[in-house]
Amino acid sequence: MTRLASVAALKERQVRVAASRPVGQQVVAVCGGTGCLATGCKDVAKALEKELGSAGLKDRVTLVVTGCHGFCEQGPIVVVRPQSTFYPRVQVKDVPEIVARTLAKGEVIERLLYVDPVSGTKIERESDIPFYKGQTRIIFESNGHLSPTSLDDYLARGGYGALAKALTTHTPEQVIDEVTRAGLRGRGGGGFSTGRKWASARSAKGEPKYVICNADEGDPGAFMDRSLLEGNPHSVIEGMLIGAYAVGSRHGYVYVRHEYPLAVENLRHALEQARAAGLLGEGILGTTFGFDIVISRGGGAFVCGESTALMASLEGKVGEPRAKYVHTVEHGLFDKPTVLNNVETWANVPAIIANGAAAYASLGTDNSKGTKIFSLVGKINNTGLVEVPMGITLREVVFGIGGGIPGGKKFKAVQTGGPSGGCLPESLLDLPVDFQRLTEAGSMMGSGGMIVMDEDTCMVDVARYFIDFLARESCGKCTPCREGLLACRDILARICEGKGKDEDLSTLDELGQWMTAASLCALGGSAANPVLSTLRYFKHEYLAHIREHRCPGGVCKELITYSIDTGKCNGCHACVKACPPDAISGALKAMHTIDAAACIKCGACLSVCKQDAVVRR
Amino acid sequence: MLQDILSRYSRNRTCLVMILQDVQTELGYLAEESLAEIARHLSMPVAHVHSVATFYNVFSLEPRGEHLVRVCLGTACHVRQASLILDTALRELGVSDGGTTKDRKVTVQSVGCVGACAIGPVVEVDEVHHGHMTVPKMSRLLRGFVANKEVAT
Ligand SMILES: Cc1cc2nc3c(=O)[nH]c(=O)nc-3n(C[C@H](O)[C@H](O)[C@H](O)COP(=O)(O)O)c2cc1C
Ligand code: FES
Repeated sequence: MTRLASVAALKERQVRVAASRPVGQQVVAVCGGTGCLATGCKDVAKALEKELGSAGLKDRVTLVVTGCHGFCEQGPIVVVRPQSTFYPRVQVKDVPEIVARTLAKGEVIERLLYVDPVSGTKIERESDIPFYKGQTRIIFESNGHLSPTSLDDYLARGGYGALAKALTTHTPEQVIDEVTRAGLRGRGGGGFSTGRKWASARSAKGEPKYVICNADEGDPGAFMDRSLLEGNPHSVIEGMLIGAYAVGSRHGYVYVRHEYPLAVENLRHALEQARAAGLLGEGILGTTFGFDIVISRGGGAFVCGESTALMASLEGKVGEPRAKYVHTVEHGLFDKPTVLNNVETWANVPAIIANGAAAYASLGTDNSKGTKIFSLVGKINNTGLVEVPMGITLREVVFGIGGGIPGGKKFKAVQTGGPSGGCLPESLLDLPVDFQRLTEAGSMMGSGGMIVMDEDTCMVDVARYFIDFLARESCGKCTPCREGLLACRDILARICEGKGKDEDLSTLDELGQWMTAASLCALGGSAANPVLSTLRYFKHEYLAHIREHRCPGGVCKELITYSIDTGKCNGCHACVKACPPDAISGALKAMHTIDAAACIKCGACLSVCKQDAVVRR
Repeated sequence: MLQDILSRYSRNRTCLVMILQDVQTELGYLAEESLAEIARHLSMPVAHVHSVATFYNVFSLEPRGEHLVRVCLGTACHVRQASLILDTALRELGVSDGGTTKDRKVTVQSVGCVGACAIGPVVEVDEVHHGHMTVPKMSRLLRGFVANKEVAT
């Protein structure tokens, strides 16, 4: 690609690329995100390419392999535009028909359409599907349209226009002012005002200044940063460019989690393109502004997502956090003024500059502006990534967009905020989701994980799960976090085994208070949340374990048994064959029984039984 | 090989994590001799290299098996009973978490979220994701390369 030597050259290029893609042109988009890759989207794309060739449609139809569309549950996803016909779970064998009928003749193939799990009806258009209909996609919209490896695709949608606008019509101070007035708060966990952070770094003394993108995404259950970086890397680069211009930085880093090789690959490719186009390097778009970005791969430690630990890791050291009274905006990476923001935060920046602070702030609540991408996962019908305005209720997300709980099960809780967050019960489903309300309810916004739990989930087990995770990931530098977590872990393990005592609950509460008050960083400081929030809303489950030696969710191994419901078993033998220790007896077409003494509680029978006859209690 | 990697980096201490990452990727693990060589290259104590190498989860001081099976225990997978999937893998291969089969064919490791949460439970085999995992599906997947069930020493 030729160098864009001026803002005029960028504009000219945007127009030229857009003109080469006339409105109404047939496009078939295949999702190439991680979820769809796992279900075989590569083969589907290959088959489409081949079939389009042999049908002689290559000139008329554009095939694009995009980033994640968000609706991973339904992968591989194929969308035909401009009709926006949506085909979920497409297989290679469906491809010839899609080409012959939908792409060649514009027909809709009834049998391939999406069936709404709530109403049972077939839905043709992507935008009519409840999962998409309830969303407001500002940051995530482009993902389903552009190829992550094409700079032109990004330019065709107005890409780098916000950068040009910032460089030519805004002073750095005006950019900061715009971002501050937009009310953008960090999407990585803390929710700190992005504009204020930038202003402090701008006025801080010291050269050079650094700008960092936190793509460590350690929160288990969240994957929006991955999808943004994989699917639309240029939006993150553009955000960082604008931020660097605002704070006066020439050096950027992206710290990416090592589990995300595709994100690294797509980002590296995008950086090369941006350099070749003169969007990174010296004299960007013919101005005096210069900036470049280096990728650094993380080492797979949760604590390295924390700002000071991340900087230590970037310096090649052990990723241990340090006390926060030394601010990183003044003394950050290599002891220089540093701005660290999350991937999604950066991706919000171009939208703010392009559309203005007022438009951005028109969405959301008084304390939280704009949209937030949540990863809606767990025991829910429509799993995937959803972008919604701040202030939407949990109910709208879980039951509207998410389509409720599968298998006719009852909702129990939704966990937000990752390992530092909490579990919210059914009585709080009408809570508007924003930074303040979630914190008041004992949870957190965090990075946007929303893990839905049904009646078959044990809340004590969930608390133990998080404490276990944090105990493993604690760096061990400060005592309250290191020892407090181990003590909590032992108590929770005991309760899960049915060996708990009543006074364990007050000990947990006390340990939680100590960790919160005395830990060095936010890992320990918020580590008690999963315990405190489950104690607050689900104390009865703790008591059931302690006093009745019963696990109401049917999860804790020591407290449950597997048995077969005589009324439902049809003697199909599937469980007998699946049972590893041969603990199930019974002839074909005769009732089966499980020998409790031999049963290893592996769950194999439960997952093969089509009659729902295996009972776990 | 190690020399090739070292020649790509300056003797600056900040390169340590990147060097270790390349060695891990290209040589499969961090051998004792590699750590010593890296320490010499960067003029730092071996103990320092060791502390960094043992801090991060990606690094392994032991050679891994030919195949790497990683079972996700992230929150989304956990609530869909991922622990039963891990138990199955460990039982079938006769190893403990992080262990390698005696024939050095397979290493099994639990991990916290591989970023494909919507299709959980997820198992990653040699960087390929397998979603919607069940106990019988896991057994079938492993049968492909089970040869020796004894625990590695
Ligand atoms: C233990 C711990 C882990 C964290 N992990 C991440 C992470 O993976 N990604 C992230 O963006 N922020 C993470 N954070 C928050 C960062 O410290 C920091 O607040 C954030 O990256 C700042 O960017 P933002 O203002 O745009 O949110 C973590 C914080 C803690 C205490
Ligand atoms: S929780 Fe398993 S992939 Fe994220």
